[in-house]
Amino acid sequence: MLKDLWREKKSRQVIIQIVVIIILLSLLGFFVRNTLFNLGLLGRDVDYGFLFTPSNYDINQHLVDYTSRSTHLTATIVGIINTGIVAICGIFLATVIGFVAGVARLSSNFLVSRIVYCFVEFSRNVPILLWILLWHGVFIHSLPHPKQAVSIGEQIFLSNRGFYLPRPILEAEFWWVFIALAVAIVGAVIFIRFAKEKQELTGQRYPVYWINTSLVILLPLIAFWIVGSPASLEYAAFKGFNFTGGIVLTPELVALTLALSVYTGAFIAEIVRSGILAVSHGQTEAAYALGLKPNWTMRLVILPQALRVIVPPMISQYLNLTKNSSLAIAVGYMDIVATIGGISLNQTGRALECMSIVLTIYLCLSLLISAFMNWYNKKISLVER
Amino acid sequence: MAQEKSYSPGTHADLPPPVTQVGFLGWIRKNLLSSPTNIALSALSVYFLYLIIPPMLNWAFFDAIFTGAGHRNECREIGSGACWVVVTLRFDQFMYGFYPEALRWRVNLAFVLMFVALAPVLYDRTPGRKYLLWFSLFYPVLAFFLLWGGLGFEPVESAKFGGFLLTVLIGMTGIVISLPLGIALSLGRHSSMPIIRSLSVCYIEFFRGVPLITLLFVASTLLNFFMPPGTNFDLLLRVIIMVILFSAAYIAEVIRGGLAAIPKGQFEAADALGLTYPKAMRLIILPQALKISIPGIVNTFIGLYKDTTLVVIVGLLDPLGISRASLADSKWQGLSTELYIFIAVGFFISCFAMSRYSLYLERKLDTGHREK
Repeated sequence: MLKDLWREKKSRQVIIQIVVIIILLSLLGFFVRNTLFNLGLLGRDVDYGFLFTPSNYDINQHLVDYTSRSTHLTATIVGIINTGIVAICGIFLATVIGFVAGVARLSSNFLVSRIVYCFVEFSRNVPILLWILLWHGVFIHSLPHPKQAVSIGEQIFLSNRGFYLPRPILEAEFWWVFIALAVAIVGAVIFIRFAKEKQELTGQRYPVYWINTSLVILLPLIAFWIVGSPASLEYAAFKGFNFTGGIVLTPELVALTLALSVYTGAFIAEIVRSGILAVSHGQTEAAYALGLKPNWTMRLVILPQALRVIVPPMISQYLNLTKNSSLAIAVGYMDIVATIGGISLNQTGRALECMSIVLTIYLCLSLLISAFMNWYNKKISLVER
Repeated sequence: MAQEKSYSPGTHADLPPPVTQVGFLGWIRKNLLSSPTNIALSALSVYFLYLIIPPMLNWAFFDAIFTGAGHRNECREIGSGACWVVVTLRFDQFMYGFYPEALRWRVNLAFVLMFVALAPVLYDRTPGRKYLLWFSLFYPVLAFFLLWGGLGFEPVESAKFGGFLLTVLIGMTGIVISLPLGIALSLGRHSSMPIIRSLSVCYIEFFRGVPLITLLFVASTLLNFFMPPGTNFDLLLRVIIMVILFSAAYIAEVIRGGLAAIPKGQFEAADALGLTYPKAMRLIILPQALKISIPGIVNTFIGLYKDTTLVVIVGLLDPLGISRASLADSKWQGLSTELYIFIAVGFFISCFAMSRYSLYLERKLDTGHREK
């Protein structure tokens, strides 16, 4: 009887799954029981109330209002924003580095492709944590004190406490510039559609690229001039022991962003290279046979097909970059892990609660991105007829 | 006008091609000077190399101090280059951590034997491969007793492990155990049983979704909560477990790609031959799926090996941990560049070797089924 059940595929599958569930549930029960018991021994419970108590620590880089009297919840939000800053800057830079290096790697010039090859291999084969620490160490130890800061044109100052940039101060009228920019972008999109329609009807082509670029640049500039230049720059100045005013980029932020973007950029370079190589050479030849110019061939034939191969792994590199930004803690940059998972955890001793918050935040982020990936993959997958 | 000599067909002696077309000159013309843009790019590259390489060589070798300085300032007085003294002084620590000096031969022996054990697995023309494979199977047990002691060896506690010993130990254990775990997970994700499949998906998505560093924090702060009171197991072991669980998820995802690439007909043919599930997988499906996913698997391994540096954040003394200790020493403060570059070179050598090996394997296993 039992042997027959095991022989039948369907019943065997049911049996296996039931056994697995029983094992898992008992393991889970074992862990939960232990946890509850251990918490009981320490006289504690699971309670997220600490989030609304004062945090009692400072965070030097915060875009929202934050003092040491703010709550742990605010500290977490500051951490999330700081992670976001690094991730967004890093992703932008990494994409630029990756595309430039990926294309240069395929250059017919031997020296260029070899130099890029060395760059890519050196960046990829050394741990990211080491890169972060290396850059941070270079900034901290080889740049001078603020007193003797290196100045670039008396506007940008580099010191081992941070990089000081001028801060743009926008007055109320500056809104007109943003409005002009929005109008220009909408206009550009309409013009692209119009030009495409016209080309399909008559074959006549407009210089879309030049017209749109000048539209997007000139219109805001004109608006800026008309409303009377409502913006100025506030320069950093050395007062007392440190600089005041301006935008401060801490060495931690710069080192982290730089290391992450160079490291991830090297991976993206390889992805771009293999993506371009994946487009068969026949496509290039066919485009030439049709009489397309080399840069049109690249833009209209090769890139659209290469992007299909490039984008999915590139997005997962973006995700990796975001997750790697958690190494910020090694140089003391206050991201999610360093705020709620680091200092808050140590101060309140609520390891279970803090770690669950950190894990949840990262998990939500990556699930969102992988949902987007699935949608994108479905959208671009080759429709074969 | 010079007299032109005429040849009947086939009687003219073969002339060598022009010197500018072949050999070194031809190569330079073709690869560096083929067009004005190319000439400009070559010139820029040469200038770039001139800017970068001589100062770097000067810093790292010619002006560098290797021995004979007591502290940082002394170093700076002797030469303007790198102060490698900080590395040479602690070289042993960078290799072994605080492993007792008298017992370090055991680490060396384990390290050498590791290559003996790896050779038959990695290279299929190793002489005596059949017998050596048995040794490979037995090697982990041997290594365990060599490193931790027991069986007549003097025991060493794992808190004394450090340096590259720790890196290789965590990396190798992670690689060896996470591969089978990853294969199992990918089969689970590919299975037709809904519960098994969704459990595997949950596992894979969870571990791929969170950074390793948070998992290491969980290992160092939380894992003891989940265990019966009084259990207190080694931090190193906890870290290794987390590294294994983490990279198994990535390997599963890589192999899933390989499984997806196998035509359905292969599964059906295996069924039609009457093979049981384990046999079908072992003989038909996995050999093909693994072959396709080799580059991805090796990349995951390289990633795992590099990620072993993160253990410094939970307080283990890997090479980065040792360098932190050196930097904390007031005599050697500020020499972070030297220390980190030394470690970077160590990692570069091993990771680069691994990626070269994966290329070799790809070429060897490429039996020409794939469209070129």
